[in-house]
Amino acid sequence: MVFIKTYEEPPLNKKEILRYIGSNQDQDTIQLVEECISKVKSVIKYKVCYCELCVSINNGLCDFGVFKVTSSNLAKNLKGCKQVIVFGATLGIELDRIVAKHSKLSPTKALIFQGIGAERTESLCNVFCEEIAKEFGVSLRPRFSPGYGDLPLETQRQIFSVLDCERKIGITLNDSLLMSPTKSVTAFIGLEDDSNLEV
Amino acid sequence: MNFRDFLKENIVYLDGGMGTLLQAEGLKTGEYPERWNITHPEAIINIHKSYFDAGSNVVCTNTFGANSLKFSNDELEEIIKFAVSNAKKAKELSHNKGEKFIALDIGPSGKLLKPLGDLDFEDAVNLFANTVKIGVKYGVDLVIIETMNDSYETKAALLAVKENCDLPVIVSNAYNEDGKLMTGATPEAMVALLEGMGVDALGANCSLGPNKLRGVVERLLKKASVPVIFKPNAGLPKSINGKTVFDITVDEFSTEITDLVKKGVRVIGGCCGTTPQYIKSLWDKTNHLSPLPIEKKNLTVVSSYSHTVEFKNKPILIGERINPTGKKRFKQALIENDINYILSEGVNQQEKGVHILDVNVGLPDIDEVSMLEKTICELQAIIDLPLQIDTSDAIAMEKALRRYNGKAMINSVNGKAESMEAVFPLVKKYGGLVVALTLDEDGIPSTAEGRVEIAEKILKVANEYGIDKKDIIFDTLAMTISADNNAAINTLSSLKTIKEELGCHTSLGVSNISFGLPNRDAINGTFFALALENGLSAAIMNPYSTDMMKTYYTFNALKGFDENCGEYIGIAGTFINEKKAIETVKKQTNAEYNSDCQYSIIKGFKDKAAEITKELLKDTPPLQIVNEEIIPALNIMGKGFEQKTVYLPQLLMSAEAAKSAFEAIKEFMVKDGEVEKGGTVVIATVKGDIHDIGKNILKLLLENYGFNVVDLGKDVPAEDIVNKVIEVDAKVVGLSALMTTTVVEMEEAIKQLRGKAPFCKVLVGGAVLTQEYADKIGADKYAKDAMEGVRYVQEIINNK
Repeated sequence: MVFIKTYEEPPLNKKEILRYIGSNQDQDTIQLVEECISKVKSVIKYKVCYCELCVSINNGLCDFGVFKVTSSNLAKNLKGCKQVIVFGATLGIELDRIVAKHSKLSPTKALIFQGIGAERTESLCNVFCEEIAKEFGVSLRPRFSPGYGDLPLETQRQIFSVLDCERKIGITLNDSLLMSPTKSVTAFIGLEDDSNLEV
Repeated sequence: MNFRDFLKENIVYLDGGMGTLLQAEGLKTGEYPERWNITHPEAIINIHKSYFDAGSNVVCTNTFGANSLKFSNDELEEIIKFAVSNAKKAKELSHNKGEKFIALDIGPSGKLLKPLGDLDFEDAVNLFANTVKIGVKYGVDLVIIETMNDSYETKAALLAVKENCDLPVIVSNAYNEDGKLMTGATPEAMVALLEGMGVDALGANCSLGPNKLRGVVERLLKKASVPVIFKPNAGLPKSINGKTVFDITVDEFSTEITDLVKKGVRVIGGCCGTTPQYIKSLWDKTNHLSPLPIEKKNLTVVSSYSHTVEFKNKPILIGERINPTGKKRFKQALIENDINYILSEGVNQQEKGVHILDVNVGLPDIDEVSMLEKTICELQAIIDLPLQIDTSDAIAMEKALRRYNGKAMINSVNGKAESMEAVFPLVKKYGGLVVALTLDEDGIPSTAEGRVEIAEKILKVANEYGIDKKDIIFDTLAMTISADNNAAINTLSSLKTIKEELGCHTSLGVSNISFGLPNRDAINGTFFALALENGLSAAIMNPYSTDMMKTYYTFNALKGFDENCGEYIGIAGTFINEKKAIETVKKQTNAEYNSDCQYSIIKGFKDKAAEITKELLKDTPPLQIVNEEIIPALNIMGKGFEQKTVYLPQLLMSAEAAKSAFEAIKEFMVKDGEVEKGGTVVIATVKGDIHDIGKNILKLLLENYGFNVVDLGKDVPAEDIVNKVIEVDAKVVGLSALMTTTVVEMEEAIKQLRGKAPFCKVLVGGAVLTQEYADKIGADKYAKDAMEGVRYVQEIINNK
């Protein structure tokens, strides 16, 4: 079963935004970044859909029951886990529209809005993962997304067929397997199997 | 009884969830439920039957995702054939004596439409048309379009139904908790769009439980003149002790909906998580209620992808600036296909406070049909104001209306039979609020009575086409008083009569009144005030004119349309300051830049840079400003960036300021008729890639250095790049890719360029590229950032 979570604004890290846009943190840029943040504050939505899957790993093959993926990097990441969370997270489409508008009219702001989007997405994923760790009472492996290492982008199709992201939180895949809204993430998170630790 | 008649007199019960029940029967995660029509017909028949038994009048075929994106044409036909036959069998088997109908179910395609996604609007229409044709062939009673979270895709699906059958069609959207669709439309905007296109019922389904969608449904009831549908989820799924349950019980569900039926909801059912018990309970609680009659709301309204503009007492401003008439710089932009200039005219007018944008791109030398379509698409991608499609070319009008994401304003029809025959069918099909000019085969009547007569004739003919008078807005034609002293009086008196006696809204192209007179704004402002007092509902006007804006805001304040005079107070300051002299930019003692112009560019003051340049142009030749002010400033920043004393955002801000200084120069030169061009560079993000920030940065810098940049955009196939390079004889092409997967496309483009356009150097850039990669795919140059790209282009073009 796929569950949905929505969030209020996750914690904001302005330094991270400045880093994304290649700024040296001069006053003018900081002011502009703040202006841009206040502009998009109300339009960004924070949504996640996720489900829990069992996993068994054999060499480079990760078998999630509902689908299988061959990736030695993912296999390594999930080694020792019995359960994973697969999730999709998004900031919604309005930010894409704002970026598109400024790409045409003000590339500076487009760059900044992109930076804000990148930071917001990360922050959303962090908040979600913290919550999952708490709910399941386990620690988590690092997030692992299609396109990382040797995990093929095609895995997106499998993730989407399980999560039904289109209907659940409004993420769609294009023909190149990129997501709209662009500020979206899909990823696997291994749940640490603590039974191994009980010695 | 047919469905339309049944809908008129009854509360209509739809079915409940399908997916959850199929999962209980063994449908696996990730498996397509539509295939079960063929593989497990008995399970599907059973579910349909239990809904009919529970009281449903309509069951929806199990074809939610049945489209040609997911299935081959042969399989699609099989799926729909079985789906319809399963529903028919259930209908025969059910013991329920009530009326029973079968609805062809159409859900979203799963793709997002362009420009936000990659599915073309017409491809979407074709996709849905395919499903509709098959459904109709196997015999359904109606079509239901449901769970759509995008207004544009909803329109595509509805068009597909309307163009391929005469069956009743009901449309239901999935609203978020904020009361909007995922892509931004409010319930009011959906009512405008859907009623404009002639749906039989509209409403909300899926996404949330009935309690959380109550607000949306109440808003629909307030605006809709057709029956309202409500088909919510049984709340949200929750995991309780390892078991998945939906958090709204049968009783809570039916109680909540019953309350809304009492307020006027007429078509009810359930979505995810609901079962036949939910429908049975709904039926038990509501079947004794008499349905509330559907009231015509008679609202005059237009909409964009996000919101509506309703014509009531407070007058509406329609910005007139997207129009080449009398505007040399705009003509130039059209000829050069400079869409960004047009977009900035839109954004600027929005900032001035207009409610609707008039869009006219008619010019003898350009292809108006494709230009209008393109401009409408580009505008609605970034501006949320409703648009007024302004053209006398019926083909251009239809193309633009088709692609328009909302209910458009249409400019215009008139009393000539030929005009009405061309325009009214389009209004009927696509929806729209049409401006009707009070002229006909005999010209413009000089008297008010003559114009009112034409208005009456237009209303009569519109009615024959099934167009309500609420969707006609009359323009009684402002003619210049310099030719006829009574021109204003006649216009105003016909305006008053039409408003008061015919009960219709009115609009005027206000500024025509002063044609041929000096200081036209002064006359326009006063005439505008008179027109407003005589009942003018909307003005097509210049929002940059202080006289016009003064009239507008003072009128609203005086007539009680401006609560606490808030809008007036907000704007009043700008009326005083408008002529204030340009503030001298405070020079820093730093000697590196030696003029205000340079300083404003370096600091990235966009407006200031343009203002100072305009001042300079009064006594300095344009070229001198470029060479002595703009270029040196750009060089300071460019060098600083290369030496890492200036960072990317600062470089960009100053590039934007330089661009606005150039824009001032260009405007000046267009007036003088001399526009010169540097060498031409073609740039593109390659196929499969949608990242374009880096490419846009390069474009901006290249333009500032005087190059003519042809920007093909993102996701561009290799052939298009090659063709454009040959067409414009580009000496350099810049290709961008951000992902390893698309570097392959870059290689392909280079290969084709080498074959067909060996004269052109290839510059590449993008996050994943390295010198090594660039060498491997055969590029001439790898640039690590935009400045390096500029230097390369200078080297190639200027040294030749």
